[in-house]
Amino acid sequence: MSPPLQEIKNTTCYMCACRCGIRVHLRDGEVRYIDGNPDHPLNQGVICAKGSSGIMKQYSPARLTQPLRRKPGAERGSGEFEAISWEEAFATLTERLAKIRSTDPKKFALFTGRDQMQALTGLFARQFGTPNYAAHGGFCSVNMAAGMIYTIGGSFWEFGGPDLDRAKLFVMIGTAEDHHSNPLKIAIAKFKRDGGRFVSINPVRTGYSAIADEWVPIRPGTDGALLLAIIHEILAQGLYDRDFLVRYSNAGQLVNQDEANDEFGMFVRTEVPAEEACYDPQNKLWWDRQTNRPVLTHAPGADPFLLGEFTLSDGTRVKPAFQLLQDRVRDYTPDWAEQITGIPAATIRRLAHEMGVTARDQKIELPISWTDSWGVEHDTVTGNPVAFHAMRGLAAHSNGFHSIRALAILMSLLGTIDRPGGFRHKAPFPRPIPPCARTPTSPLAVKPDTPLDGMALGWPSDPDDLFIHEDGTPVRIDKAFSWEYPLSVHGLMHNVITNAWRGDPYRIDTLMIFMANMAWNSTMNTVEVRKMLNDKDTEGPNAGEYKIPFIVVADAFQSEMTAFADLILPDTTYLERHDVMSMLDRPISEFDGPVDSVRIPVLPPTGECKPFQEVLIELGTRLKLPVFVTKEGSRKYRDYPDFIVNYETEPGSGIGFLSGWRGQGGEKFMRGEPNPNQWEMYAKNNCMYHHELPKSYQYMRNWNQGYLEWSQRMRITRYAEPILIHLYSEVLQKFRSAAQGKGITRKPPQHLRQRLVTYFDPLPFYYETLEGQATDRQKYPLAAITQRPMAMYHSWDAQNAWLRQIHTYNHLYVNADTARRNGIADGDWIWVESQWGKVRCMARHSEAVEPGTVWTWNAIGKAAGAWNLTPDANEAQQGFLLNHLISEELPGNGAGRLISNSDPVTGQAAWYDVRVRISKAGPDELEQSSPQFDALPAYPGMAERPDWLAFFAGGKK
Amino acid sequence: MTQLALVIDLNVCVGCHACVTSCKEWNTSGAAGALADQNPYAADPTGTFFNRVQTFEVGTFPRTETVHFPKSCLHCEDPPCVPVCPTGASYKRKEDGIVLVDYDKCIGCKYCSWACPYGVREFDEKQKVMKKCTLCVDRIYDLSLPEVDRKPACVKACPTSARLFGDIHDSESEVSVAIRDNGGYQLMPEWSTHPANHYLPRRKTSVHIHADELERADNPLKIDRQQPQPGKAEPSLDDVTSW
Repeated sequence: MSPPLQEIKNTTCYMCACRCGIRVHLRDGEVRYIDGNPDHPLNQGVICAKGSSGIMKQYSPARLTQPLRRKPGAERGSGEFEAISWEEAFATLTERLAKIRSTDPKKFALFTGRDQMQALTGLFARQFGTPNYAAHGGFCSVNMAAGMIYTIGGSFWEFGGPDLDRAKLFVMIGTAEDHHSNPLKIAIAKFKRDGGRFVSINPVRTGYSAIADEWVPIRPGTDGALLLAIIHEILAQGLYDRDFLVRYSNAGQLVNQDEANDEFGMFVRTEVPAEEACYDPQNKLWWDRQTNRPVLTHAPGADPFLLGEFTLSDGTRVKPAFQLLQDRVRDYTPDWAEQITGIPAATIRRLAHEMGVTARDQKIELPISWTDSWGVEHDTVTGNPVAFHAMRGLAAHSNGFHSIRALAILMSLLGTIDRPGGFRHKAPFPRPIPPCARTPTSPLAVKPDTPLDGMALGWPSDPDDLFIHEDGTPVRIDKAFSWEYPLSVHGLMHNVITNAWRGDPYRIDTLMIFMANMAWNSTMNTVEVRKMLNDKDTEGPNAGEYKIPFIVVADAFQSEMTAFADLILPDTTYLERHDVMSMLDRPISEFDGPVDSVRIPVLPPTGECKPFQEVLIELGTRLKLPVFVTKEGSRKYRDYPDFIVNYETEPGSGIGFLSGWRGQGGEKFMRGEPNPNQWEMYAKNNCMYHHELPKSYQYMRNWNQGYLEWSQRMRITRYAEPILIHLYSEVLQKFRSAAQGKGITRKPPQHLRQRLVTYFDPLPFYYETLEGQATDRQKYPLAAITQRPMAMYHSWDAQNAWLRQIHTYNHLYVNADTARRNGIADGDWIWVESQWGKVRCMARHSEAVEPGTVWTWNAIGKAAGAWNLTPDANEAQQGFLLNHLISEELPGNGAGRLISNSDPVTGQAAWYDVRVRISKAGPDELEQSSPQFDALPAYPGMAERPDWLAFFAGGKK
Repeated sequence: MTQLALVIDLNVCVGCHACVTSCKEWNTSGAAGALADQNPYAADPTGTFFNRVQTFEVGTFPRTETVHFPKSCLHCEDPPCVPVCPTGASYKRKEDGIVLVDYDKCIGCKYCSWACPYGVREFDEKQKVMKKCTLCVDRIYDLSLPEVDRKPACVKACPTSARLFGDIHDSESEVSVAIRDNGGYQLMPEWSTHPANHYLPRRKTSVHIHADELERADNPLKIDRQQPQPGKAEPSLDDVTSW
């Protein structure tokens, strides 16, 4: 017998969104071992529980292996399918989509989950001509992206993060353990070993919080109150970095305080720029301390008053932005915040002092010279070593945008932006505030047989950037970029099904979902949304037809969502396909420079699985979408790898999906002609390209002339203007002014004016979550939230034989004292009720949760039979979803109006706002989670479930 | 004499389970495999894992610690599982102190798992033999692997480097230094099993800020509270009083 053939192939993990470099060890063509690639900058050789279980994803019996069509006569959701050929699938889709495209392209909606190819899915949708495209950001962490990008021009995770190599104090607020997981684990461990102090602010002590030096329990949704009180204390004690604020933020710039004036709340300008461009012109004013008169911002030798009130020569009253911030936080005292957050005022003061004193007294000076945007040369880069990290815990509230603005402002007050030991950007960030991408602004952008005239998603800078009809109603199915959620920069995927079902703003024809479980854990109000997917018209010309006529689902696994498909397109696993983590999307850049990466298949596709990328390129070609065909209308790209190499954003632009090894011989970076050997070069280099910037370009990038000019030359940004921190947000003020009837921009409809005036405050403020405002707290005294287990990524891994043994089902964790007061013993079956729904589940006593909060692991509960588990599997019988308790809509302004259960600024899904009560289940009740659903069958082409598994790669031992 | 062991740093373990599944994936296809899973896609799945993480809470709210506690065979210097084995299947290697099971001799009587006070033996219900952590004996001496990879799979995988591997009898080894410097301890020493594996306890970093450190001479409020001097022409008492 010949020895087994052993091979090692490099690619990029996709067991979560982290994108670590992995080495896949094959024996006789089977995966024997997956370990971390030690030469990869992201994970440096380590791997997590999910990454180590990739084998069980690859060989899972839940895998789809054939295109499937709902059986004629079978009801949606029943999971009855028949296999069809790809040719049939493509022919069906092409016919249907071509008809939509030539009549009303917006009737096709493409929404994707945690896909890592948004640059391609977005391109496809735009070429198709539909405005109805978004990925999952709206129900994930768009508040984090928007709140920080609209303040400092960058955000956490792919866009930037805490520099724990040099930080001395690290404050983590309600983070999600599966976001940037391995890099953060590596960094936290090293930080702790180096003697750093780690404070975790979270209602629950799990995950990373477990190893914090101090755990500060907080009530969910009150982070904004805490942060504003810390800001109050920082300002009261003078613990802010004045020099930093003066030079690098709009703290000293003068704001018009003349309430009668149309310009009230706007910065005073010396001149109006000749053309609209997406950067901050340096035309604002300071009030100079030396000369006691207004001067142009950053005038050489000038130093502005940060506090005070002044009168311009024309009589206009003005205040520096910093003064307005101080006015804002005056009443946000630690004692006030104690009542809201449950954190003792003394603790809040101490935290503020720790932050302020560490930032001030433990300064780092790196011998790195650099030149700022005003031509001033600096010999050193200074760091104030206080770092923060936050993610979904802060974001997933209807008051999250302002909480996150408060966090970004606190980080700025401490002088920690893009500095050693603080927050550092990752390319392509920082970007202008807001970044330059814009959606169209009118329905005229949607035309038959024509690409969309603009991006489906963008960054509004004022009301005229909204994507609305003349009467103010939304153009998009999810109502993104409308007056209801003006800065919904990632869309509102969580409202798509409800809106399409109701026909508000209109009906659609075809809904295509990629990698998103919208019939289960990725939707709110799951029971009702499942009914909507199945609901038929009872009258009119379409009586008897589904209200959402055609649903296409592309996924690698059988799931609750695939059950509702009319057509299922079987995707490959990550080990079977090419992928790019593109600079056009969300690359894996490091603090020291841009990085992008690829996946290269290590195994052939299983069955008839086809990578979704290939599906889009084939479909785009058949539909003759301009970028996918030649002028003559024939096929332009052989396949996805060919597309990646040869596609340019514009003919001859030299910008494509991959930034490394461009140019004929691979000698160029970012810009260059297509290189036919680009894939091979990535393959030889650990599947990634890492461009390390010179040290002088690695810090202070918002205002670093060298970096900004480099970034402009590389076409990462259009402008090289400085990106001043927006302590005071004029963008928000513009929406508020419009709602007050001021200015020359478009004006909102009457019923939304008060909402805009309230929530588009140019300074952060605290308000109770919208759901909290609409809930009787006596009746529903507890906050209910989820946490992310580190060994599962959303619902992806119930089919994974190893990972499901770690999280087989979930309990509701209840503070032991709270439980006892409700007569609930450890392990009891209980009912959890919100004003929207109820679930039955098992309770677990815990001392690691604040008394007013209950929590469970996200997405462990499954519908019976889903993910090809037996219907009696624990996931379905004991596991449960909190989603049934959460509504996707709330009563809106005015009779009968509904509004998304989302942040009113960004449309971020407010997952963590729900209020509940708990009670012991009756003695005669079933010991089974509720609600239950009819068990899903296995589909054609799926493997049998074995009773035993004794996996040994490459045959028998 | 060499005694190989793991030293597990509870100060940085976040309970991610990387060690659990990286162990499983290496060993199921390795010398100790396959590691069976019963009901892998049905109710009550249960399988053979050489390494598990237990999570528990200590203290009462709000002074609660959540502890993630990875546990595998501790490779005792005086292993109670060895003398009870009727067939000699359970044995401790002289050359490196690793405790192993010879599956060919094991009759599945489970005496060893009764004798083990730590509950780390894993009976393979399919093969009907006792299994357990081997410290990846099929990796650590494999000269075909680069030296950096000659470590147990769990050690290589651990994202927080919470798992150190080495010879605790070598007083200068990384593991011995870690135990000495950080108060490393053994589990249940009263059983006199002398576990080779050690745990490092939680260590806390705190700061104390004295009241007089809050305000410094260069406090920016000294600048920002200064108001502009009033204009000389503005009204003052000088205009109205001759006193």
